Amino acid sequence: MPKLAAAPDRVNDFVVKFANVNGTGSASANSLIMKTIFRMGVPVTGKNYFPSNIQGLPTWYEIRVTRQGYAARAGRVDIMVAMNAETYAKDVREVASGGYLIYDATWPRSALLQRGDITVIGVPLAKMVNENFDGVRNRILLKNIAYAGLLAALLNLDLEVIDGLMRQNYGKKPKLLDSNTKALRLGYDYAKEHLSCPLPLRVEHMDKTRGHIMIDGNTAAGLGCVYAGATVGAWYPITPSTSLMDAFKGFCERYRVDSATGTRNYAVIQAEDELAAIGMVLGASWNGARAFTPTSGPGISLMNEFVGLAYYAEVPCVIFDVQRVGPSTGMPTRTQQSDIMLCAYASHGDTRHVLLFPANPEECFYMAVQAFDLAERLQTPVFVLSDLDIGMNDWMCRDLKWDDAYRPDRGKMLSAEELAGLDKFYRYVDRDDDAIPYRTLPGVNPKGAYFTRGSGHNQYGGYTEDSAEYQVVLDRLKRKFANAVKYVPRAELTGKGDNEIGILSVGSCDGAVREAIDALERQKLHLDYLRVRAFPFGSEVEKFLSSHKRIFVVEQNRDAQLRSLLTLETAVEKSKLKSILSYSGFPMSCEPIVDGIRAALAEEPRLSAVTTKSTR
Amino acid sequence: MSFINKPKVAHPSLPTNALGLTRRQYEGAMSTLCAGCGHDSITAAIIEACWGLDMRPEQLAKLSGIGCSSKTTAYFVSGAHGFNAVHGRMPSIASGANAANRELTYLGISGDGDSLSIGLGQLVHVIRRNVNMLYLIENNGVYGLTKGQFSASADIGTQAKKGDVNQTPPIDPVLLALSLGATFVARGFSGDKAQLVPLIQAGLRHNGFALIDVLSPCVTFNDHEGSTKSYTFMREHYHAAIEADFVPPAEEIAVDYPIGEAIPVQLHDGSRVVLRKLDASYDPTDRSAAYAFIEDKLKQKEFVTGLIHINESSTTEFHTLNKSSPVPLNRIPYEALSPGSAELDKLMGRYR
Repeated sequence: MPKLAAAPDRVNDFVVKFANVNGTGSASANSLIMKTIFRMGVPVTGKNYFPSNIQGLPTWYEIRVTRQGYAARAGRVDIMVAMNAETYAKDVREVASGGYLIYDATWPRSALLQRGDITVIGVPLAKMVNENFDGVRNRILLKNIAYAGLLAALLNLDLEVIDGLMRQNYGKKPKLLDSNTKALRLGYDYAKEHLSCPLPLRVEHMDKTRGHIMIDGNTAAGLGCVYAGATVGAWYPITPSTSLMDAFKGFCERYRVDSATGTRNYAVIQAEDELAAIGMVLGASWNGARAFTPTSGPGISLMNEFVGLAYYAEVPCVIFDVQRVGPSTGMPTRTQQSDIMLCAYASHGDTRHVLLFPANPEECFYMAVQAFDLAERLQTPVFVLSDLDIGMNDWMCRDLKWDDAYRPDRGKMLSAEELAGLDKFYRYVDRDDDAIPYRTLPGVNPKGAYFTRGSGHNQYGGYTEDSAEYQVVLDRLKRKFANAVKYVPRAELTGKGDNEIGILSVGSCDGAVREAIDALERQKLHLDYLRVRAFPFGSEVEKFLSSHKRIFVVEQNRDAQLRSLLTLETAVEKSKLKSILSYSGFPMSCEPIVDGIRAALAEEPRLSAVTTKSTR
Repeated sequence: MSFINKPKVAHPSLPTNALGLTRRQYEGAMSTLCAGCGHDSITAAIIEACWGLDMRPEQLAKLSGIGCSSKTTAYFVSGAHGFNAVHGRMPSIASGANAANRELTYLGISGDGDSLSIGLGQLVHVIRRNVNMLYLIENNGVYGLTKGQFSASADIGTQAKKGDVNQTPPIDPVLLALSLGATFVARGFSGDKAQLVPLIQAGLRHNGFALIDVLSPCVTFNDHEGSTKSYTFMREHYHAAIEADFVPPAEEIAVDYPIGEAIPVQLHDGSRVVLRKLDASYDPTDRSAAYAFIEDKLKQKEFVTGLIHINESSTTEFHTLNKSSPVPLNRIPYEALSPGSAELDKLMGRYR
């Protein structure tokens, strides 16, 4: 029996990481543990670090138990469940001093597993499972459940909660329920018998997850599309956006099929490529359906030409860009925020696009709905810039709520009656002096007919090569984009806004930034925080930029794309903006922010002093 | 087509269709193509076909890509919405538009460059997806707007205006469509309007994807000696194998066709195409036979025209496979699309 290190109690605040081989079914065991902790009322995050591969390559899953409810990756590992001999060396190195390493002791202990400052726990998992179960595949799957049982004992997980989850997962398959329960007990009983349970790092019941769910951003966004009333989705499969369309389709099968006739109130079209996917979205939108496409960076690159047409011919469309690591194919299963500039100015010629930046799955849901309203109100493409971390990982969010009074904002769309009352319809005339013209749908009234084109056109919709006529339309489009500020979500301010130093960030950096602010608070450094939620930037962004002496711009890319956009699109002095960048491909943790700000302030003692004095 | 702006006032003596509309009301903007362009004759045939079908102008949706041919959607049925997509991407616009509203009649106009080079991928997939539309290729073997480069339909040995001889084999859209299982494949010639009008009518009424490849000489860049897509060459080499008459449902009884040589094919909406075989060896309902026949004639430098293949029993039309609601998706009220707050509350249980 290994002697366990006498670590101080760390209740509901630690990280367990699972090192597995992909394609071995470890996901269900890992999510069982995460869900159990969540159901015990303890805030938790789950991050999946998986390869671009189906079977055989290393994969990791990281569960952070966080009583404070932080959403970011912790940046340390307290317990490593090392189930992949191939990555032992790396996995052992990663464990924080005083932490634990659990490995399968069926085979002789690897020399790689030596480290004096951590506790190494060997458990003959494969042996136990092989003695109790038949079938190669079955044994591989159940070994995962066995280590879940082991952890249940070590971490003090509530067995009743686990049983409830297992019944929910396998309730309809009694044989599976039996074998999984048995495997779980194998691990649990072994730990109880051979190890001193629980560890100082353990879980105890709390009441901090009531009214919350664990959901990934792609599922939430797909659900948002259903509630927005989208009927046409066109896409080309690409990681990490694929599950968004899977979710939309799944929800449509549940909510949009006529129970009597079996007919569908939706169409999901798997296109031949992203060029076609966006074309289908434009065709459907032009015809008055709410249509969208989910994609990722490489898909956006392909869609550029059509995006320009949509901008210039003013065809609404919604594009979800679940960002991944670029450039080129990059690292498809890693996260980044590196399409900000690509999307802001997508396509050739003078173009600027409305961007929404959700920070978590909850916002993915609401912003999906908003995106359709904005696209139709403004008659333009709207990009929702999520990322792999938000899109594919389970986040703890408040329950999603729906207001039944909601009706889609279809924008300025003329009905058959309105058209009949018109003398003559002109597609691109600014009748209301708000730079937004009226549109008509095909098939409604011959009076509404016009020609949608990406070639030079005048405000009457006619082809033109006349400079003045061309500029009337192009200048109106510029005004329209400026007016979009009135409709897009405002940036979110945390703090009173009267500190001299601020952090400005975007999207999934939010969790790390909030944690960093707490850490700096404890060190008597007070900062304001503004999270931009849309482009174009509103006056509140200008105000934040002008009212702070030093602004740290936190984002997940190499080239400081958000900072670039701020310098291009606001009046800010470039030198005020200092970048804190993370582009490892892993979700951001708070350390680089805390360290970056401390280092910068150390170089500027004057600012540091001011900050320390300020009170909140 | 029209080279001067004609007033839209119609003389009372002009014939009207069942909707009381004259042919003039199916015209569009003034053509800006070269005088004598084959495309303008196709435009005239489309106007005649739509007028003859008693189609409400707004019932039609006109779609195109980029190129001389793609400009022509502006020149007919001004009461219909038009969508001039980017180069080679009209099929995706058509697919999306059709998904959103299955009730409109979709007419896509494209060219050989737009369809067979830059847009080949989309053409192939719109055929495969069997989107209910008529896809008309105005095929002249040459890039007009960029001044005379060979297109992918240029025949081996054909000579460009500046003297280059094409040596790469052509892509024949008819053979391509046949090989992909298209359910309506036809070829016409812009110089033969009498043959073209019923083909267009039948193509518009066919339930599924219909392709008509219309050989349409380019008077500016491809009408010289040595070209295999000139008016002279066409007139000498086109082979009218199957004539098609389009018979609307109401007139069915009145139509009389000689027994033995005519094949009546009933279309989805009750109308009929009556095919008259001018070549006894040919069966337009047999896809493999049609393929072999066309390929054989092409080797002899003959362009077989007429309704080359028709299959009215296919069940792969996009909405049929999708089990789409009979009410077009763009007209389903929001109340029927949103699951509502109670369902959302219930759904939350799944994520705890």
